[in-house]
Amino acid sequence: MLSTLNLRALGWALLASALLAASVVAGSRNLQNFDGALAAYLFATLFAAFGIVYRYAVWLQRPPTRLYWRAGWRLLFSRRFPAYLAELARRLVDELALQRFIWKRSPKRGLAHVLLAWGCLSAFAITIPLVFGWVHFTLKSGTIDVYEAHLLGFHAFDFPLGGFVALNLFHALNWSSVLVLLGVFGFLRRRITDAGQISTQTFEMDLMPLVLLVLISVTGLGLTWDYELMQGRAHAFMAISHAITVILFLLWLPFGKFFHVFQRPAQLGVALYQREGEAGAQAVCPHTGEAFASRLHVEDLKQVTSELGYDYRLTGGGSHLDLSPQGKRAALAKAHLAARSESGAFFG
Amino acid sequence: MTTTAYRSQEEFFLDPQRCIGCHACEMACAECETNGQLAMIHVDYVDRAVSPQTSVQVCMHCEEPTCARVCPADAIAKDELGVVHSANAARCIACSNCVLACPFGVPKKVEPMKLMMKCNLCYDRTSAGRRPMCATVCPSGALWYGTRERMAAMRPNSTPVNEFRFGLQRVKTRVNVMMPKGSTELVVDGTEAP
Repeated sequence: MLSTLNLRALGWALLASALLAASVVAGSRNLQNFDGALAAYLFATLFAAFGIVYRYAVWLQRPPTRLYWRAGWRLLFSRRFPAYLAELARRLVDELALQRFIWKRSPKRGLAHVLLAWGCLSAFAITIPLVFGWVHFTLKSGTIDVYEAHLLGFHAFDFPLGGFVALNLFHALNWSSVLVLLGVFGFLRRRITDAGQISTQTFEMDLMPLVLLVLISVTGLGLTWDYELMQGRAHAFMAISHAITVILFLLWLPFGKFFHVFQRPAQLGVALYQREGEAGAQAVCPHTGEAFASRLHVEDLKQVTSELGYDYRLTGGGSHLDLSPQGKRAALAKAHLAARSESGAFFG
Repeated sequence: MTTTAYRSQEEFFLDPQRCIGCHACEMACAECETNGQLAMIHVDYVDRAVSPQTSVQVCMHCEEPTCARVCPADAIAKDELGVVHSANAARCIACSNCVLACPFGVPKKVEPMKLMMKCNLCYDRTSAGRRPMCATVCPSGALWYGTRERMAAMRPNSTPVNEFRFGLQRVKTRVNVMMPKGSTELVVDGTEAP
């Protein structure tokens, strides 16, 4: 196993984990604001950070991924910086926040994904600062019904208990759970009724993530249920079962389906690359006589395929990759016809 | 995946020379449950200005799929049955690398969906022991799915070939092309380009 370790990725992962651990110590003021009851969550998050950075670093070493990673950053900080920054901002809203491309796959899928994604992201945005000790609450001295919120050890704001702010702050994770559950049930419905999905889905990549999210959400809601309606009698069970499911989720995060959350922003780099390509020379297919892609893309692909060990150069000069997809299909059909013609029979 | 009913002794045989351009396969392909009602098969006029020749192309399911190797998002996978699947919808970032690198010109990108889609041998059907949709409707035998023995009996003067050479690159596929008897490979090396 040690021989398969990617040392460069290992270095980045260790560095990221160390920086994160340091930020926890600094952000919680030498752990004085750190809640010891959340230690297991912290260690699971550190492991997740290690795994995510390791996998990401390995992923970036693949020739096609490296190409887009480098090109994306290079183009962003090029002389077209203002235009590309605006493009990035537009796509950030359109593709990552609103996820319009998933609505185009199907409106039901789009709705389910937006609910699930924002439920998960909001839950992380709430949980992580609490686990890291970056956010904590104290009772305002001299009062019995006013709380103080602290961010990184600094006093942020006060709010009265029992008010609108308190209700939403203390129940924010419940609202996230509801969003997640609505999204999950949308996807579960699709996974048990769509024949195409049923034939190609796998338990570990498609069903287990949904089951895990249901368990996390239900046990999370159970904590509120317990202290609101059961006088806290089931607190130990609820707290432990919720911790187990969340920790399982965090440990599995770098390996499973949710890694796509970290891969998806690559789409923004690709968009800049495509825009740069559109502004430059176009590749014209020798067969159709029409432009079909940017010259930049076709030339880069020749380089990438070469790095991957493919050699599509033609013996008479040029490359098979100079043809458009339609041109390639025509070339194959012509070669087939030529072979049949040479044999003296078109059919056999 | 449900693979218990997969008939591994059955293969896909493509004979582009038999294609009559009727587009029945396209209609049938759009019925495949894994495509979301979009046709993944290609029916082309090869060079419409000078010839009535039409051609049909399904995914050839390469042993070393270029589309999967050039994918920056690890979205394309070949399973244990040798089927190269359509892009994983959660991962595909719609870069078009696969579309431009596939030597057979097969993958399609659906830009609004930010998704590459392609033929996956009607996995919903073949994994349940049925033939792919296109092969069930092709009236001319350009698309055929079944055992090698049955094909040999039907086309005694042809040989199924699954090795191709595109310029200097050799490609071996799961899907066969019917070639003149005794052929061992199909060479595509630029001589057919105008």
